[in-house]
Amino acid sequence: MNYLRDFFVNLAHSWTAWLAGFLPGWAVSLIDYVIVAVILVMMPVIATLTLTWMERKVIGRIQNRIGPNRVGPWGIFQAIADAVKMLIKEDIIPDRADKPVFNLAPVLIAAAAMMLCGVIPFGRRMIGADLNIGALYIVAIGSLSTVAIIMAGWSSNNKFALIGAFRIVAQLLSYEVPMVLSIATVVLLVGSMRMGQIVEAQTVPFILVLPVVFIVYTLCGIAETGRSPFDLLEAESEIVAGYFTEYSGLKFGWFYIAEYGNLMAISAIVTTLFLGGWRGPGAAFAPVLGPIYFAIKVVLVVFLLMWIRGTWPRFRIDQMLQFAWKVLVPAALANLLWVAIMLKLPAPVAVQYVLMLAGNLVILFTALTLLGRAAKRVVAQQEAKQQAESGLVAA
Amino acid sequence: MEAVAFAILAVVTLGGAIMVVLSQNLMRSALWLILSFFGIAGFFVLLQAEFLAVTQVLVYIGAISTLIIFAIMLSRNFMDPSEPRFNEQWGLVGGFSALLLIGLATVVTRVAWPVSAGLPPADAIQRLGIDFVTAYAVPFEVASVLLVVSMIGAIIIARDRE
Amino acid sequence: MLSQYALIAVLAIIAFALPVVGLLLAWLLRPHKPNPMKNSTYECGMETIGETWVQFKAQYYLFALVFVAFDVEAVFVFPWAVAYGKLALYGLTEMILFVAILLGGLMYAWRKGALEWQ
Repeated sequence: MNYLRDFFVNLAHSWTAWLAGFLPGWAVSLIDYVIVAVILVMMPVIATLTLTWMERKVIGRIQNRIGPNRVGPWGIFQAIADAVKMLIKEDIIPDRADKPVFNLAPVLIAAAAMMLCGVIPFGRRMIGADLNIGALYIVAIGSLSTVAIIMAGWSSNNKFALIGAFRIVAQLLSYEVPMVLSIATVVLLVGSMRMGQIVEAQTVPFILVLPVVFIVYTLCGIAETGRSPFDLLEAESEIVAGYFTEYSGLKFGWFYIAEYGNLMAISAIVTTLFLGGWRGPGAAFAPVLGPIYFAIKVVLVVFLLMWIRGTWPRFRIDQMLQFAWKVLVPAALANLLWVAIMLKLPAPVAVQYVLMLAGNLVILFTALTLLGRAAKRVVAQQEAKQQAESGLVAA
Repeated sequence: MEAVAFAILAVVTLGGAIMVVLSQNLMRSALWLILSFFGIAGFFVLLQAEFLAVTQVLVYIGAISTLIIFAIMLSRNFMDPSEPRFNEQWGLVGGFSALLLIGLATVVTRVAWPVSAGLPPADAIQRLGIDFVTAYAVPFEVASVLLVVSMIGAIIIARDRE
Repeated sequence: MLSQYALIAVLAIIAFALPVVGLLLAWLLRPHKPNPMKNSTYECGMETIGETWVQFKAQYYLFALVFVAFDVEAVFVFPWAVAYGKLALYGLTEMILFVAILLGGLMYAWRKGALEWQ
């Protein structure tokens, strides 16, 4: 019974001990690493298979239709059908494309999504590598995707792909700053960059202490994955398919896997940073419950992101970039400084948390007020322009 | 084990650096440079300076490489391989480069560098943070001024052109 | 600590290997019938007009540059954030000064229209 309480960790220890019986130390470590790596690497693939089905059903329901329901009960095998299709479609490489770079881009972007999973704490002591700089590692791997996108856009030798790549890189760069600052705020609160430590420090889930930081990070996360409402580049009616216009077959498939892998990774990071990760009733006593709580929370966050995708209208690129620099960056900096000030108050932790929450709400309120005023100004300007134009027409 | 890792990283870093110079396509040179940066990040990891490693990836590969690539795009003839590789001065420059190489190699091998005996402390990042605001507070603030100055300078130059 | 990075290295190798293996598998499975129509660059079903290279706006470069400044700032914030518990009040004031200087830069960029997108 005791063995089951911390089942996965105990299983790993038993297996390692058995291996050590007849293999030298380095071989045991290597085999363990390979097993963990294979599990982590399969996660974006599994995420794609399951989340694409979930997304099509959820978006379908939001749009008042059923979604796929032919391939298997409730259409759950739809993703497998899509995967087979991608495997067997012809791979067309445009004439003057730069072949090595063209082929490398999907590999790089998929690899980045897989490497992200290496520092996510699925349960107590169930983490690939609890790096001392875990939180920064996540941002660093995210920046790899930027390089991969530039490679894809440039090597396709296609105007649309190139323009698409530039625009999405501008979007990614702009939203990376408030994202990093939000993570810095959480790190400030915890005092460590280790993801395992961040979960352990959440006796109160940080979403209750820093809701606005959660909102900022989630918005940036959505922008980083390139989903709606930030999906100007993939919008079917816009610039064709953006940076992956010229990709077909499985190469396109890997871009797709990278997208859903990133979706899952961002949701997992949100869960770790703000929702308490694997914490839940009874998880301290029986750590085997940890991954279950974690999975439930991640699914909830994914559902939230899909809900947002199905309901919010798309942003224009200039609105998007202005929003990032003029609203999110100052808000993230204000949050950071407020948390810093609160942490130095000579008051018990609970009081500090309540004050942080209050500060967050003040920042939110201020931001919304300023946005409202700016919106009214823009509307007034447009009305003035319209009146001038209709005045000219009438005269 | 570490020796193997060092050897692989050395090949990656130096190979990437050599390909930067040898490649005929500016864009490919930029990509080889990115590979070289990865090698350097790996060296930082080997030296147990993990914060520097992740900073290298985040800033050099994530930000500065993007900037370099954008700068390449701003210039027009980056895909022209018909430009001659060597101009008339290659003999003189080659000679100076060789001298520089010999000088650097002598400095690196002959000087008695103070090598620290132990590993970095476990709380290295914390100590770094403390140093930022105590011993190195002035460079810390000057760094932010430097960043703002570079931003303003680039904006002025770019606006001038329009 | 190095053993953690060994796992990251193994993860990186396998993460790169899997897509490559997948692509090789697909290469074996799929048809390969190139023809000039299929291989030509896609431009909404028409012939391409003009050079592939497009006018690269300086705007992109400015965004990247402002991003570099703020990226480096964010990197400075992290060690400070980790060490914050052990710092006295001057730690807070120095960071406020640091952030204020950078916010000043952002304000400048804002006023000069470097953050606009034509």
